[in-house]
Amino acid sequence: MTDAPWLDHENNTPLVQIRGLTKKFGSVTAVDNIDLDIYQGELFCLLGGSGCGKSTLLRMLAGFEFPESGSINIGGEDMSNVSAYERPTNMMFQSYALFPHMTVEKNIAFGLQQDRVPKSEITDRVDEILQLVELQDFKKRKPQQLSGGQRQRVALARALVKKPRLLLLDEPLAALDKKLRKQTQFELANIQEQVGVTFIVVTHDQEEAMTLATRMAVMDAGRFMQIGTPNEIYEFPQSRFVADFIGSANIFAGRVSEDGTDHVRVDTDLGEVYIDHGQSVTEGKQIWVGLRPEKIHVSKTAPKKAGPNQVSGEVEEIGYLGETSIYKVKLKTGQLVDVTAPNQVRSRSNEQSITWEDTVYLSWEPSSAMLLNS
Amino acid sequence: MTDLTNSPVSATSQQDIGFLQSLARRAQNNWRKIVILIPFVWLLFFFLFPFFIVAKISLAELAIASPPFTKLIEWTDTGVMNIRIVFDNFTYILTDNLYSNTYLNSLKISVLSTLICLLFGYPIAYGIVRSGPVMKPLLLFLVILPFWTSFLLRVYAWMGLLADQGTINNLLISIGLIDEPIRMLYTEFAVFVGIVYTYMPFMILPLYANMEKLDTSLNEAAADLGSKPTNTFFKVTLPLTIPGIIAGSLLVFIPATGEYVIPDLLGGGNVQMIGRVLFNEFSRNTDWPVASAVAIVLLFLLVVPIAVFQHYQGKENEGR
Repeated sequence: MTDAPWLDHENNTPLVQIRGLTKKFGSVTAVDNIDLDIYQGELFCLLGGSGCGKSTLLRMLAGFEFPESGSINIGGEDMSNVSAYERPTNMMFQSYALFPHMTVEKNIAFGLQQDRVPKSEITDRVDEILQLVELQDFKKRKPQQLSGGQRQRVALARALVKKPRLLLLDEPLAALDKKLRKQTQFELANIQEQVGVTFIVVTHDQEEAMTLATRMAVMDAGRFMQIGTPNEIYEFPQSRFVADFIGSANIFAGRVSEDGTDHVRVDTDLGEVYIDHGQSVTEGKQIWVGLRPEKIHVSKTAPKKAGPNQVSGEVEEIGYLGETSIYKVKLKTGQLVDVTAPNQVRSRSNEQSITWEDTVYLSWEPSSAMLLNS
Repeated sequence: MTDLTNSPVSATSQQDIGFLQSLARRAQNNWRKIVILIPFVWLLFFFLFPFFIVAKISLAELAIASPPFTKLIEWTDTGVMNIRIVFDNFTYILTDNLYSNTYLNSLKISVLSTLICLLFGYPIAYGIVRSGPVMKPLLLFLVILPFWTSFLLRVYAWMGLLADQGTINNLLISIGLIDEPIRMLYTEFAVFVGIVYTYMPFMILPLYANMEKLDTSLNEAAADLGSKPTNTFFKVTLPLTIPGIIAGSLLVFIPATGEYVIPDLLGGGNVQMIGRVLFNEFSRNTDWPVASAVAIVLLFLLVVPIAVFQHYQGKENEGR
């Protein structure tokens, strides 16, 4: 066993196995023939825009929706005929769905009472979980008397107190303001690590997914576009959709001119792009190349020698963001390329500083460009 | 440079906005007072003032005059003010068994009718809330539809249905279930039917409004935490619909207690309810003072428990 069973598929059986799962609402296919394995201890993020099917998938795991076809298997048990109230899962709702007529304490105890846990044990476990979410002093309050962040923690505590095999979180941080959200992201990841419960988090916020996830799936129109670690998804997106959805990317169409064992050459509007990581492509095939704005080097001095991975253009717009600046560089072909560069020196006085209508030279490392197959 | 030219302009415009805002706020405050005043004025003129007139009459004595009662304040020729307050009407009502029995019977009928309305109205309201977007407005419309026919007409229709030679008896005889007509009209049963039928919408609509606001994810959350549907109903849905139950019950209970037309038409002389007694005192006996006293006692009978209840309800809500 490694620390990360999700990276070692051979020696680990997944906790959740989803096979050929399809769900339709009328003529709309919300989830379209999905396969997915999730392993014990993972914090798996389902990332996608609204209506991509991520919440439907979560609700099928919880047992609120039943699939048209396909199966869900949790901990080796088929869930096809298991009602929501019998599943080894608990859910944290986007609206939190706290019972307004019960105190914090009673909200959290509710799930344990359903399992007929002895009273003294309920009290102990409620106190323990309240300590974990730091709400010991609020247990006699009603949900209406709490702040948004406190309610979020009650919802988490209520879902966690039953020690589920699988915790499902539907946009757990969406209702919080930005600052609190960032802080809570780390708290959530810490709590997950402490309790060791497998989390599946639905979110539309890519930053949230990147911060939290051990692995993540990018969803669109009921299908997975790509599944991988945040690093894999960001650095090696397989499609234009993923490259553009996660972070931002300059995308250029091109044709493969050479497919070597350890490199690929692609002809694009940017000129020749040389990529030093081998990826199986067919020569002459239409393909796309993605370049992240922060991976492009921008300079006012021309490169010493001609070669691949460089292009010149004129600065059309500058967005000053404080720590970085975004340059929109217009190529000779008329296309715009976004480049971000850190503002390491104070500009204005500096001769090197780039300003509007300057001719600039863009270059990037052989490892930087991303090959996008679709 | 741009900063310098911009700042004074924005400063003045901000002051202007501040001034306008305070004006708007003041106007809003006045409006708020006026809006609150409207129900006060309404209640003052159409409830409190008439109530004092009735209270005054209840403290008078029957007299052969027009209007047929003694005056509360009379001036003698020598300029002395005479105030006559008589409590006889109240002692009469409270000691005569006829009245106390009628009050009790009225309360019994209205309490039972309210419970029956709740028993049927609750699932109906729940069903409407859970129905689809096409059915929901249709079902709500059907609940309100009877209001479009005169109340009196609907009660007469029930007379036709419940009579010995009425639709229901004829039907039961024709299919051979019974040989002799069952006596339904002019019994307490008919009064219950009439009251439950008439007041059902007043139970359904507040319940519907209350249930409609309930977040369905609460039910899902309960299920998710291991609660079976029946348990979820008693632990989550029912407690959260108590405000609707109270509102609906009051809307049925209060008018049902004082109901006159239904017991008169469907109960005949066999079912004594306080509304009929009041009407008889007022119009057949032309005993306005006793009729007024009957009305005042009825009012206290209804208002006191409701006020006590609302007091505690308000206290409980404060804690939220």
